[in-house]
Amino acid sequence: METIIIDINRNDSDNPEFDGALALTEMAPQYRHINGWGIDADPNNEPTYPMKRYTGDDHERLNYERPPQQPVTVEILHSNERPNISAVFGTVNPPSGLSGRIRRLAFRYSEESLKHWFALVLADRINMIEGIISDMKNDGMPNVFAEMGWGAEWKYNKKGVVKKLLITVAVTALLVMYLRRRNRK
Amino acid sequence: MEYRGPNRVRTKQKPYPEILHPQDAIVRVTRACICGSDLHIYHGLVPDTRVGMTFGHEFTGEVVETGPGVTTLKTGDKVLVPFNIACGSCPFCKQELYSSCHESNPMATAVGGIFGYSHSAGGFDGGQAEYVRVPYADVGPMIIPDDIDLDDAVLLTDVVPTGYQAAEMGGIKPGDTVVVFGAGPIGIMAAKCAWLFGAGRVIVLDCIEYRLEFVKRYAQCEAYNFKSIPDPVLFLKKQTGNYGADVCIDAVGCEAKGSIGQTIFGEKLMMQSGSAIALWWAINSVKKGGIVSIVGVYGPTGNLVPIGNVVNKGITIRANQASVKRLLPRLIEHVRSGRIVPKEIITHKIPLEEVSDAYHMFSQKLDHMIKPILIPPGIRA
Repeated sequence: METIIIDINRNDSDNPEFDGALALTEMAPQYRHINGWGIDADPNNEPTYPMKRYTGDDHERLNYERPPQQPVTVEILHSNERPNISAVFGTVNPPSGLSGRIRRLAFRYSEESLKHWFALVLADRINMIEGIISDMKNDGMPNVFAEMGWGAEWKYNKKGVVKKLLITVAVTALLVMYLRRRNRK
Repeated sequence: MEYRGPNRVRTKQKPYPEILHPQDAIVRVTRACICGSDLHIYHGLVPDTRVGMTFGHEFTGEVVETGPGVTTLKTGDKVLVPFNIACGSCPFCKQELYSSCHESNPMATAVGGIFGYSHSAGGFDGGQAEYVRVPYADVGPMIIPDDIDLDDAVLLTDVVPTGYQAAEMGGIKPGDTVVVFGAGPIGIMAAKCAWLFGAGRVIVLDCIEYRLEFVKRYAQCEAYNFKSIPDPVLFLKKQTGNYGADVCIDAVGCEAKGSIGQTIFGEKLMMQSGSAIALWWAINSVKKGGIVSIVGVYGPTGNLVPIGNVVNKGITIRANQASVKRLLPRLIEHVRSGRIVPKEIITHKIPLEEVSDAYHMFSQKLDHMIKPILIPPGIRA
């Protein structure tokens, strides 16, 4: 691609007379090689120019006609920053077990609170262990290597796999040697 | 597809989804992408991602069932489904802020519902499946016009609108220098779209060589590997006459490479919401009075960014999840006219049954992957 030198000092703030439309026309020949160049340029799109279609609905707050409420058939935790459950929601994987208890605790705190989010991360990690236990109970040990896509790693990055294996073996060997020596003492 | 914990996904037979609300539809999926932001939940960085969830917020499909309140769609319609779940009647939807719908996510008020994107985004199963429940079927889904290719259509559900809105939020003026951080699918599309708004120069920064080569070709822009640049901010300042870029776009989000400190503190220890180095660079390399547009995804906990420089430089930050429904009519025109050819960024079509390998490949950038599409069983690729 050819290098294009642009006069970076040329912008609205430096030149109150700046005419966006005129600039587009003048510059267009330079960019003939780019299909659609400048076609959506909008000189009015200033930071203060709203992206939303302002309707004044904000001032009605939550007094709008809500869609029909989805029946609540499973436990749904909801943010304490809203008064109710939204009209629709996902019903998959309702809180259960120890992770569920932690999630319930998390939702006592607002979205502003780190306690809310860190508790949810903790619940996620416990949930992962619960998942493995559940797999073992129902289907036997999960094939973690397959789930992690190691087949693809072997197919496309054999060198990397070998390198990782060698590093793992070396680190393990060093660790074993160190522990043996320590035990001898 | 089923999530089992960080870096672990698999396929599993799950029950056929049910109509749970009068305005629901059930859609048989024909295409489902893996998005860069799916990697954040795959890596366990988004709180309240529960084991057993199905991911996938970029998909197309065929309507197989509708609830009694659905009036615009019928069985057999082929639809593209925006990633945002939007009611169309709350104040935010009425103002076309569809990603901020107040009636689709009980778990958090900061974001509306998103398909397959944790319980923090509503707890909906996503489209990396054979069938999916689509709430508010009259509002979000769009019937795919006959002349739009299915592979283009699926990319109109997120990638193209998000890249386009990144450029739109930049408030680009004719001749502006636009710097895009990240040469993933969104960064590629943001660079491409920056020209449509009259950018004079588009520069992309990333650290993956094959992606830089791709974006250079696809978006006709300059592309640099920040690993070969000692100080990316200084480099960009010099590239812009020691002035700073007019617009900087963060198209990376919370897994940005480039700072060991941010990676350890954010990604490994999770003491903040991932690594925010791309945003850090964006703030520091934009000109005084410039605009930083953020479409990269960050988690809810918070991030270390140079906010003092935002104040001192008088920077305007504009950010949001893309309002897909608002943008679709214009984007369809761009696809029709050939100004944007979304499907050119698809590098891999993978059977849904191989979802574990697909996620791993995308996460590790294997086989020069840029955009993978999952094809459910029985659907023609």
